[in-house]
Amino acid sequence: MSSTTRPLIDARDVHGGYGGMNILNGVNMTLEADEVGVIVGPNGAGKSTMLKAVFGLLHVNQGEILLNGQPIQNLPPNQLVQRGMGFVPQEKNVFPSLSVQENLEMGAFLKPQNVKRMLAQIYEFFPPLYEKRRQPAGELSGGQRQMVAMGRALMAEPSLLLLDEPTAGLSPLYMNEIFDRVKQINAAGVGILMVEQNAKQALAIADKGFVLAAGQNRFTDTGAALLADPDVAKSFLGG
Amino acid sequence: MNELVFFINNVVISGSVSGSIYAIGAIGVTLIFSIMRFAHFAHADMMTFGAFMVLLLTTLFPAAGASLGVPTAVLMLPLAMLLTAALAVGIDKTFYKPLRAHGVKPIVLVIGSLGVTLILQGLIRLFSGTGGQSLYVDDRKEIFRLALPFEGARAPIVVTEPQIYLFVITIVAVVALHLFLNRSRLGKAMRAMSDNPELAQASGINTNTIVAVTWMIAGALAAIAGTLLSLDVTFKPDLSFFLLLPIFAAAIVGGVGHPYGAIAGGFVVGFAETLAVFNWNVLLRPFRDSLPAWLELPSNLAFVGTEYKIVVPFFILVAILVWRPTGLFKGKVI
Repeated sequence: MSSTTRPLIDARDVHGGYGGMNILNGVNMTLEADEVGVIVGPNGAGKSTMLKAVFGLLHVNQGEILLNGQPIQNLPPNQLVQRGMGFVPQEKNVFPSLSVQENLEMGAFLKPQNVKRMLAQIYEFFPPLYEKRRQPAGELSGGQRQMVAMGRALMAEPSLLLLDEPTAGLSPLYMNEIFDRVKQINAAGVGILMVEQNAKQALAIADKGFVLAAGQNRFTDTGAALLADPDVAKSFLGG
Repeated sequence: MNELVFFINNVVISGSVSGSIYAIGAIGVTLIFSIMRFAHFAHADMMTFGAFMVLLLTTLFPAAGASLGVPTAVLMLPLAMLLTAALAVGIDKTFYKPLRAHGVKPIVLVIGSLGVTLILQGLIRLFSGTGGQSLYVDDRKEIFRLALPFEGARAPIVVTEPQIYLFVITIVAVVALHLFLNRSRLGKAMRAMSDNPELAQASGINTNTIVAVTWMIAGALAAIAGTLLSLDVTFKPDLSFFLLLPIFAAAIVGGVGHPYGAIAGGFVVGFAETLAVFNWNVLLRPFRDSLPAWLELPSNLAFVGTEYKIVVPFFILVAILVWRPTGLFKGKVI
């Protein structure tokens, strides 16, 4: 790799939190453009908080976050969408009274000229959504909602997709489906940074794994290496 | 037959007139609530402001409408809508936006809007005087009498020119709003923000733009409602006193946050008002001979006197808050 290539995301010594209290106490994270990064760790480790800091939903008090070499910390989310980031929150990730299609259209709000082409792509990628396109998203099952949420974020053709526990509360069937989709999205050239509770399954598809504890990096390695590391297994993967 | 005509004139027409006015006002209240999550008490005064702008413009150019064959006041309405939309955006920038930027609780915005009410009312009074004034400055208010083609129908159905404009403008406004909310990119974004403001922001929707658009629409609709009411009766600087309660009742009856609910709520309140002050004696009179002798019909059989009309929306408001606080269309609870 040439030395001029900049990582997709480069977070250095990130401190941040809500209302003056820091939850993140110096997190470092580097992800290349074609990689899947997975953040795991115990409850309260700051996993989702880190994701929110990257997406500008949380004030970064110290350190910096670079997207393709450009500092982006504390930019508002709508500017980050413009710069190629997509974010799928864990909860409340659809517009319940809008139809499935309107949900997807909102994802391309900043690129209205893309709507037609991207809708066709998303429907091809998530066929169940096409059948339900006129139904309010609030009436869908959890797994289908997750598809709407991911589809919405993909409508803007992001170069980096942030997923906050995309399989939380889903049945094993849907869980596998979502992991498969994440792999496919990545194969299409989209960098992925996701927080997951199902650490083993997630690390299995991860190019990079970040184990956080108490708002700091505990282990950082390839997904496979972390899975093989007995220390990681003992403390964070339940033996 | 004449009784039926009396019913149409006094309930159907007059109920539709107040229903339309309340509906258009309530849409504004409901839109503002769904985007900014606070009850905007100064809304009725924005309605008065819109009507006052029409009055000002009509007084300045009294003959402007004659050449086109429409009352000058109706011709000036689009201009007044623009001015009121600008006022609404200006009020938001000056008073509400700084409060939101501080992250205050909704109740602070509500109290702020009471302050705006007092400012607006004072300003309008300062320039318009305290008396009532007709918006028909140089024009004549046409009255249409439609005779019914039935034998024995002596009384005609009476509709005034401003009432016809009112029905037409209401239908146009509601259809335009429907198309805006369901077909346009901004309208859908507005519904999205009402559903989930954080996700709207995360989708790249500029929430400041949506807030401004909401004020523009609410302001323009307020100007329509205030003007239509002033055309039907007269312009008064304290119009808002008689509008505030019904439009909030209408918004809550319809389910706060539901534009279509607000329309339904407006008509429920409008018709409830007119039915409550309607003299039912008139409808029972034809059956007078078949009633038992001991039952003498009182000459006035209205539920409440006209001067107490305002208690009707108040009663509806209390009833709906007690029995169905989310309104007919499952809105949010204020």
